[in-house]
Amino acid sequence: MKILVCLSVVPDTTSKITFKNDNSEFNREGVQFIINPYDELALTKAMELAEMNNGTVSIVNVGLADAEPSIRKALAIGANDAYRINTEPKDAMYVAAQIAALARENSYDLILTGRESIDYNGGMMCGLLGEMLNMPSINVVTSIDIENGTVKATRDIDGGKEDVECTLPCVASAQKDLCEPRIPNMRGIMAARTKPLNVREAVNGFDFASYGSYELPPAKAGVKMIPAENAEELFDLLRNEKKVI
Amino acid sequence: MSVLVFVEHDNGIVKKSGYEALAYAQDLATANNTTVTAVIINPKNADLNALGNSGANKVVAVNGSNLDHFTPGSYSHVLNTVAHEDGATFAVVSGTYNGKAVAPRLAVKMGAGLVSGVVGLPESDLSVKKTAFSNKAFAKVKLRSDKKIFCIVPNSYEVKNFGIQAEIVQKSIEDAPSPSKVTNVNKTTGKIVLTEAELVVSGGRGMKGPENWGMIEELADILGAATACSKPVSDMDWRPHSEHVGQTGITIKPNLYIAIGISGAIQHLAGVSSSKVICVINKDPEAPFFKAADYGIVGDAFEVLPKLIAKAKSLKSA
Repeated sequence: MKILVCLSVVPDTTSKITFKNDNSEFNREGVQFIINPYDELALTKAMELAEMNNGTVSIVNVGLADAEPSIRKALAIGANDAYRINTEPKDAMYVAAQIAALARENSYDLILTGRESIDYNGGMMCGLLGEMLNMPSINVVTSIDIENGTVKATRDIDGGKEDVECTLPCVASAQKDLCEPRIPNMRGIMAARTKPLNVREAVNGFDFASYGSYELPPAKAGVKMIPAENAEELFDLLRNEKKVI
Repeated sequence: MSVLVFVEHDNGIVKKSGYEALAYAQDLATANNTTVTAVIINPKNADLNALGNSGANKVVAVNGSNLDHFTPGSYSHVLNTVAHEDGATFAVVSGTYNGKAVAPRLAVKMGAGLVSGVVGLPESDLSVKKTAFSNKAFAKVKLRSDKKIFCIVPNSYEVKNFGIQAEIVQKSIEDAPSPSKVTNVNKTTGKIVLTEAELVVSGGRGMKGPENWGMIEELADILGAATACSKPVSDMDWRPHSEHVGQTGITIKPNLYIAIGISGAIQHLAGVSSSKVICVINKDPEAPFFKAADYGIVGDAFEVLPKLIAKAKSLKSA
């Protein structure tokens, strides 16, 4: 079984977000970049499924050369090989078109993504790839198993969960709870140095979106403190001042 | 030219996010001199006239094979069929779990550009504001495609009353493909759904242990709020992961967020900072959360909570 894991490289969750050039560009200075946490879950799940089904795991990243340390980390965690499609990841549709082109060539049985990237938070990749590749797509999965070519997954819905089945090939996106992420060990780190990291050029298509300017959320007006002994006043304020209860 | 909107419902009861999408669609249509076509699939006994009131000029109620349960393949097929017949140039979908499953498939089918995480109407140059960096910022995005799909953040657009008498069309679509099928649905009943809640009461490590959550639940119950928790709390299995709000958990946007015993790490703030009103109760006066709060109480959760519960009871019975 061939599994492809889509890997996005994002600012670390503790990053302070700032912009430069008249707020037209994200300021990367001093920001540490990591594997998108949901993609890390997708990768670990892919490893587990590959181990059970005698399969292989490939990584794909759409990004520039500065993504390579994170791709090497994914190889150290245990993926067999990686592809980097050498282009600015402009938006979800454009990125999906790049991944779909690779997937058409290599015909994977299963494609896993994170349920969203923590930088642009779109949550669109799973469905975009499913439609572009004419495969079923199951988003926000908290469990996924493969039995005789049938995928059995559990996914989040508003206020609960549902069980979904489909046949391979398919695309699914990882939600928290899917598995515990693996940490690379020394052997993995050594092995990763010589694993193939193929760089490909981008294809055209679905290049619809352009990002103009960025802004930070408006600052809070300041906190109004209430003494603990009069804590109940809070609800008077919420009712009379803010009218939310 | 029209604005297509996907109206989600739960067993015939239209979701609040569905009404929000309708209001967004009608305001978008008005700004572009066109009309709104609402699509409701397998509507059961949903009140279709109410959809006109909430923003639809035309309601297409679709029944057919493979439409008993939501699947992204079958539902995007239905939406695309209606969009094609209607000549839709815009589509509006609420960014629920199902909305995020159907919107991208519809975009590829329609050949439309797609923005997810939209929090406002397009400006005159048709650029829209979307959340970025897990609510730590916003970005403006412009689509160059002729057709555009906006996937809007739940709780970011007000439900409105337009008083439109909608034309109701019953439609049967039998050729929807069904590459995946739902075999079982398991919904928690009787609890307010966190992703849809207007009021949320949330607990952190300061609650000391899962055995103390009774107070959080009691307060939530009286207020009609959903319960939530911080990441450490769900990591320690005090509470289920489905209650974890934050950058790697659920992002919420309620009218009121009450945080008890949560220090307010930057990752937690990312998940809740768009809440309209934030109240923080923490015994550490230096807790970073106070800087992001509207109201703060420095105090021990076990002394403050009983006072709040008593007050909430008296307000509700008044």
